[in-house]
Amino acid sequence: MAAEAVVAPPGAKVMVKRHRLSVRITHWINVIALALLLVSGLQIFNAHPALYWGKAASFANPWLSMTAERYGDKTFGTTFVGGLSFNTTGVLGASKEQGVLVERGFPAWATLPPYRSLTIGRRWHFFFAWVFAVNGLIYLATGLINRHLTREVLPRPKDLATVFKDPHLRLKFSKGPDSARYHQTQRIAYATMVFIVLPLVALTGMTMSPGLNAAFPFLLDIFGGRQSARSIHFICANLIVAFVLIHLLMVLLSEPINQIRAMITGKLAIQPETAP
Amino acid sequence: MNRRTWITGLAASAAGMFAASCAKVSSAPTTLKMLHVAEKWSKTAQGAIIGRHALAPEFTEADISPDFRANGSIDPGDLDYKALLAGRFADWRLVVDGLVESPLSLSLADLRALPARTQITRHDCVEGWSSIGKWTGPRLSALLDQARLKPEAKFIVFHCLDTLDPNTTNPGMAKYYESIDLVDARHEQTILAYDMNGQPLAVPHGAPLRLRVERQLGYKQAKYIGRIEAVASLDHIGGGAGGFWEDRGYEWYAGI
Repeated sequence: MAAEAVVAPPGAKVMVKRHRLSVRITHWINVIALALLLVSGLQIFNAHPALYWGKAASFANPWLSMTAERYGDKTFGTTFVGGLSFNTTGVLGASKEQGVLVERGFPAWATLPPYRSLTIGRRWHFFFAWVFAVNGLIYLATGLINRHLTREVLPRPKDLATVFKDPHLRLKFSKGPDSARYHQTQRIAYATMVFIVLPLVALTGMTMSPGLNAAFPFLLDIFGGRQSARSIHFICANLIVAFVLIHLLMVLLSEPINQIRAMITGKLAIQPETAP
Repeated sequence: MNRRTWITGLAASAAGMFAASCAKVSSAPTTLKMLHVAEKWSKTAQGAIIGRHALAPEFTEADISPDFRANGSIDPGDLDYKALLAGRFADWRLVVDGLVESPLSLSLADLRALPARTQITRHDCVEGWSSIGKWTGPRLSALLDQARLKPEAKFIVFHCLDTLDPNTTNPGMAKYYESIDLVDARHEQTILAYDMNGQPLAVPHGAPLRLRVERQLGYKQAKYIGRIEAVASLDHIGGGAGGFWEDRGYEWYAGI
């Protein structure tokens, strides 16, 4: 944004406007909400660590499940996914709680609270579900009004056509004015989260509510039943984790301090293009 | 002790302290009380969106779960319950009392003589699984009309015959109990089921009578009902939160 107009001595950095206030505030609230939704969600998942497709559970045929099995005096954690089984002892199915291997889907370090408590998991989850939903609606509303979404996030046809030319794919990060705008891959990744995955995680969450089923029965039809909605909710959570890991990796590989500062103060330091 | 073990030890103890403080803060009574406001938001928002009369989805015979799971009490050990079961519930009576003009005492035959509703609905356990079953029984509102609720009645409480927590220090919290408000009590699909899938209710599913309140989670569907009480407030029921699981931290409004 307006970086071309800046005149500076060669090699000097200049601060340019990078992130709007509304984006910065909703971003950090989202960080807190999604982190707590994830760890409390894994706690809730642990109450019945199995997933099904359809309206109801077919207990003998989950497409994913985590169980503990005992052979003699040894406990093993097993994860079943789509007909395959994996020994995941110590992480999934069976992991240590205060030094003892116990049956639990996700391990203590990944759940809130660390020990087993569906009630406390639900308390955290539904509180931060409200925070996430209200914050997300504010982000979408301000983003539509100030055109952040349509101008800066939504991929344009030329972004899709040139996606493989994005230097970010080769982990090349410019420090010039080019770094003060979203590249093709960023637009696609952010738009996928903002317009598809995050709405989907909210809607599938609502579809699991028996109360809301009475108000919006069509949501059950869209997602193929309550147990399918629970599966999609879980898959979306995994996609969000994958997105966040890549997002953090990109920040670390580019200019972590500059980038994080820009998301707090709104200003990014760039090297202006040197005159030819 | 070299520098490396020192740093590793420091990192490990920092991680341990972080985990311990997470456990403490995440379950501190003040924290939980603060987070509890969300239940009010959910109840208010859902109440406004859903309305009084919206029906829970109903399913077809083909959707009925062959493996409908039973949770909570599945074989009550209470001697009075065992005696009633041995007599095939001939001596069982459903008592309807509390804030009503004319208390009732009904046998299973009395209940079966009332007009019944049959519905195929989904049972959603708070743990996350669902099973679909067919339920038959009179509407709760028919019994409340027969007993004539007093105007000060605000909640309907279900007192059950099964002891689920024999170790509690509060005798009012040992047997199962649940409560709903009058909106749900009068809802068309709120029935007292004596049949499941065309057969008399089996013991694991709450014989001889269980509640179906279809817009809420499984723990609201009280089994082994012996008495229905109309009350003005839930303060004096069990621990005061309105139900067995509610007194152990779960939400009273279980529409989510």
